[in-house]
Amino acid sequence: MPATISVCDLRKSYGDLAAVDGVSFEVEQGEFFGILGPNGAGKTTTLEIVEGLRRPDSGTVTVLGLPAWPRNQALLPRIGVQLQASSFFERLTAREQIRTFASLYSVPAKNADDMLETVGLTDQAGLRTEKLSGGQAQRLSIACALVHDPELLFLDEPTGALDPQARRNLWDLLRHISRSGRTVVLTTHHMDEAESLCDRVAIMDHGKILKAGAPAALVRELDQPLRISVQSGLISGDQAARLGGSVTDDGVSLSIATSEPGQVLGGLASADALAGLRVEGATLEDVFLSLTGREYRA
Amino acid sequence: MRGGGFASLSRAMFLGFVRDRAAMIFSILLPVLFLVFFGSIYRNSSAPKINLIEVGQVELLRTARQADPALSKVLAISHARSQAVALADVRKGTDDAAVWQVGNHIVVRYSITDQTKAGLVNSVLGSIVQDANLAVSGKPPRFTLTASQVEDKSLKAIQYFTPGLLGWALASGAAFGAAITLVTWRQNKLLRRLRLAPVSTGAIVAARIGIAVAIGLIQLAVFLAIARLPYFGLQLTASWWMTIPMVACGILAFMSIGLLVGAIAKTQQAATSIVNLVILPMAFLGGAFIPLDFAPDWVRQASYAMPLRYLVTGMQNVMARGEGPAAALPAIGILLAFTLVVSLIAVRMFRWDDI
Repeated sequence: MPATISVCDLRKSYGDLAAVDGVSFEVEQGEFFGILGPNGAGKTTTLEIVEGLRRPDSGTVTVLGLPAWPRNQALLPRIGVQLQASSFFERLTAREQIRTFASLYSVPAKNADDMLETVGLTDQAGLRTEKLSGGQAQRLSIACALVHDPELLFLDEPTGALDPQARRNLWDLLRHISRSGRTVVLTTHHMDEAESLCDRVAIMDHGKILKAGAPAALVRELDQPLRISVQSGLISGDQAARLGGSVTDDGVSLSIATSEPGQVLGGLASADALAGLRVEGATLEDVFLSLTGREYRA
Repeated sequence: MRGGGFASLSRAMFLGFVRDRAAMIFSILLPVLFLVFFGSIYRNSSAPKINLIEVGQVELLRTARQADPALSKVLAISHARSQAVALADVRKGTDDAAVWQVGNHIVVRYSITDQTKAGLVNSVLGSIVQDANLAVSGKPPRFTLTASQVEDKSLKAIQYFTPGLLGWALASGAAFGAAITLVTWRQNKLLRRLRLAPVSTGAIVAARIGIAVAIGLIQLAVFLAIARLPYFGLQLTASWWMTIPMVACGILAFMSIGLLVGAIAKTQQAATSIVNLVILPMAFLGGAFIPLDFAPDWVRQASYAMPLRYLVTGMQNVMARGEGPAAALPAIGILLAFTLVVSLIAVRMFRWDDI
């Protein structure tokens, strides 16, 4: 079966700036795929080329077996796109907004109202979109992208400007959407978001994909020591060091960085020093650091 | 699929307009206030009345008023005890002229602060004296004069400035609407979002034009309803219905200006300023605020370069001057040609987004 999205050696420059510089990737059907990178990495440009909004300077994109450029009428009803939380008609209520989008796809108003319920906005249906909170506007925007039940959904920075609580709520919604069997592609500059949501991520920087794969696999490949920490004072530094690994103690927590977690955990258990136990592995931020040699800053 | 898109887009745009307080104020409320304001000021401008102050008894005035009752429509006569009081009143402007009689000699003193009234005083009293002389001679007059204006008697001020102010209202409504919508939709990426929906660009453009023309016709209806109130007294002439296609063509012309501005401007503020810079001088130079017949020559020359001129004069011709339907055709042709040229430029300048 061919890939749902197939991108091959994509390039796009604005003047001297190579916004997308030789990007290739594939997305399988039903996958939750994330394009991850700091602002200005070229994520949005890549996504917009795949959506068929921009013409690449070179390279090919096929979406659901069809070329993305030029604009393809047969493709449009099969994809859903969320560009920005405020891509709404002015001064319409949430219900009018989604019903307008529904009718553009010849979808009955009933489905639109159901979709409002799916994203939890039934209570705000009569509210003008200008009055919605950031999280509500974002959910409405996603609902408008989903109203015609597309096979493939594109989301550009869906949690961009949201507070942590609203982000968590949106993650639940996105997982729900992905579980329904749709292919979802999102861009994000939040490492934790990509790690938590995506089946597979492509890490982008300066217009290039540095690495792609399942978040857990990317982290495992790093082979970075685990950090095991317990409450200070349960075990002495010397004792801890003997378990294998380098020890730091800041008076609150005693941490052991080790590549042999079994031995360390066994030792801590037999010393009855497990109170406040935390085990932390490397994250995608560490992957980014090792790939670029610099700290990740969104 | 296309039909559904057109209908729902039209609905969304119309709701967006009627819920937009600023748009309602600028395209309907403000022009209507202007209409009511000008309408009230110039309601009787066709026959200014002269306030004449009479010192003592002027026998000639009394006989003239008995002979011609219509004279009291032009002259309002009051009395003063002394010449000094009467002259003081004329200087202050409470009265327009003072008159007294010395033997067979009639003396009139007037102020030239209002030259129209000064001229009227001279000619009215002059003709009273002439008539009296003629009556004394006992001969029938050999020459007579019949004077009347070329326009229909009903061509009062309201007939001029209803089309003028309406033209301004249509122009600013259409230009602002198109410019602001384009800039806003580009900024919030709705333009691109619609590009990814299965609706044709034609359906989007047709919906926008349809709504703009509908708004223009609402403006027309509101203007006619108010100007035709007996208080203002607008008289529509036979081919007034040609105003409807004129409104549609005017809307197209000014939408194209709005599209061009929307293609150039990056922010709503910039779009608003540019449209103001274009429309407001055009309203003065194109005969919307000042009737071109009364305007200085250079304004009349400049007006030929203003699309608003053709909209305003075209509407005046068919709705107030009583000309036939064909009188609107040259204006319609010019407006459509203007629309075509400006739209082509706007399409060339068009950008999907700000990058």
